[in-house]
Amino acid sequence: MPMLLRSSRARPAFTRSMEALEMAEHKPDSVVPRQRFRAIVIGASAGAVEALGAILPKLPAQFPIPVMVVVHIPAESRFSLVDLFQKRCQVKLLEAADKEPIQAGTVYFAPPDYHLLVEKDFHLSLSSEEQVMFSRPSIDVLFETASDAFGTGLCGVILSGANSDGAKGLQAIVQNGGVAVVQLPESARSSAMPEAALLVCPSALVLQLEQIGTFLAQCQVGEQA
Amino acid sequence: MQSKTDDIEIRLLLDALFHRYHYDFRGYAMASLKRRLVQAREHFQCESFSQLQDRVLHDPTVLPKMLSYLTVQVSEMFRDPSYFAAIREHVVPHLRTYPSLKVWVAGCSAGEELYSLIILFREEGLEERTIFYGTDINPEAYRKAEAGVYSLDRIALFTKNHQLSGGKSSLSDYYTAAYGAAVFDKSLRARAVFSDHSLVSDAVFAEMHLISCRNVLIYFERALQDRAVGLFKDSLVRRGFLGIGSKESLRFSAHANAFAEFSREARLYQKHGGPGNG
Repeated sequence: MPMLLRSSRARPAFTRSMEALEMAEHKPDSVVPRQRFRAIVIGASAGAVEALGAILPKLPAQFPIPVMVVVHIPAESRFSLVDLFQKRCQVKLLEAADKEPIQAGTVYFAPPDYHLLVEKDFHLSLSSEEQVMFSRPSIDVLFETASDAFGTGLCGVILSGANSDGAKGLQAIVQNGGVAVVQLPESARSSAMPEAALLVCPSALVLQLEQIGTFLAQCQVGEQA
Repeated sequence: MQSKTDDIEIRLLLDALFHRYHYDFRGYAMASLKRRLVQAREHFQCESFSQLQDRVLHDPTVLPKMLSYLTVQVSEMFRDPSYFAAIREHVVPHLRTYPSLKVWVAGCSAGEELYSLIILFREEGLEERTIFYGTDINPEAYRKAEAGVYSLDRIALFTKNHQLSGGKSSLSDYYTAAYGAAVFDKSLRARAVFSDHSLVSDAVFAEMHLISCRNVLIYFERALQDRAVGLFKDSLVRRGFLGIGSKESLRFSAHANAFAEFSREARLYQKHGGPGNG
């Protein structure tokens, strides 16, 4: 499979998007027009700590867009991503609770061994349904339900990981008119997850970690333009 | 948009299930329910939820399979061992003071949680004075629970969990392995009653000392959660115990004031003993 994933189809998208971003740094509004979102979802697996550590600290304290994050962690883990990142972040970090209303300025992490889902009236649900692609929480489950709730107002971000969870979810986001961002596979600790995502979402914006952080931090609240 | 049409059709399908079979999923949290309905639609090879509605309305043999999609059937014995350790260490001493006990596992699915409690009660010498109720809305699930047969490849996990929960015996004392399955000893279910009960529509049926309802409330919308917790409140004796899932909370419940946090870490609550709460 990994051989297949390094498809030539995905290649041109990398260069195109990289150029787009370089231009965007000078003229962000004209070149990357779609930076108004109602919500952002992020998925990461192997290499997640490094990847999120480069992105989350860039978000300002009053970041106007809620962020939901799935990281694959073993079920029995007592390791807390909130504890790990909070002292380096200005934005508020929480472990998601069942039926919690989604609020701006907050990053919600899926708890270990539970799926995190978005309800259409903009609160969060947990679920202990079957694992999806050997994972609970599953990135696909978060992305698909968030896409259903936020439609064109959603930005999905796939970071480093050694499996293909999230690809289907990112595809759903794109199909519903949302925006896909994928970490440049070469820059990821584990490139399989970004590659799998790019295979089904060749139009995704492909960025390095630093750039993803900058891109997200500059996003404003609202429907996609 | 397709998603809007889907939502309309799902509402109609849930209405149909209720009016035809009295299964009421209308107060369930939609995101997860919808995912499972999509899986059911794919299983029955229907192009739309309306087609699925047509099938289930006119063919009663479709219903059992639909129910197995609509109800979440994922559990394991002694799941979250610290929960069972907390019951053993902190709840059992209270339960010892009663001459007879009733325990209810609400939403028992295939019985993993119920057997865990029966084994724990046997190890603590309380089994003889206890009646165990296992209820579910899915008859196939509680029939599985009644049979007590689990795939052998799950036993290693069950055994590990049992040990971590402070088990005083070997789990292998309680089952016989044959043909790739483990059959739990029928003496374990001698004091167990399995039955159909819906937290959505049914009422209190006995006075309980311990209710365990883990990872069931998360599938409900808040109004339905409140109904279920209200039912638990009314079912429990004064100072009776309620255990919920490790990421669930009564904090936002309409009945939060009726309970005290008994073990925050293990999500065990104790009903208040004062007047007006009995």
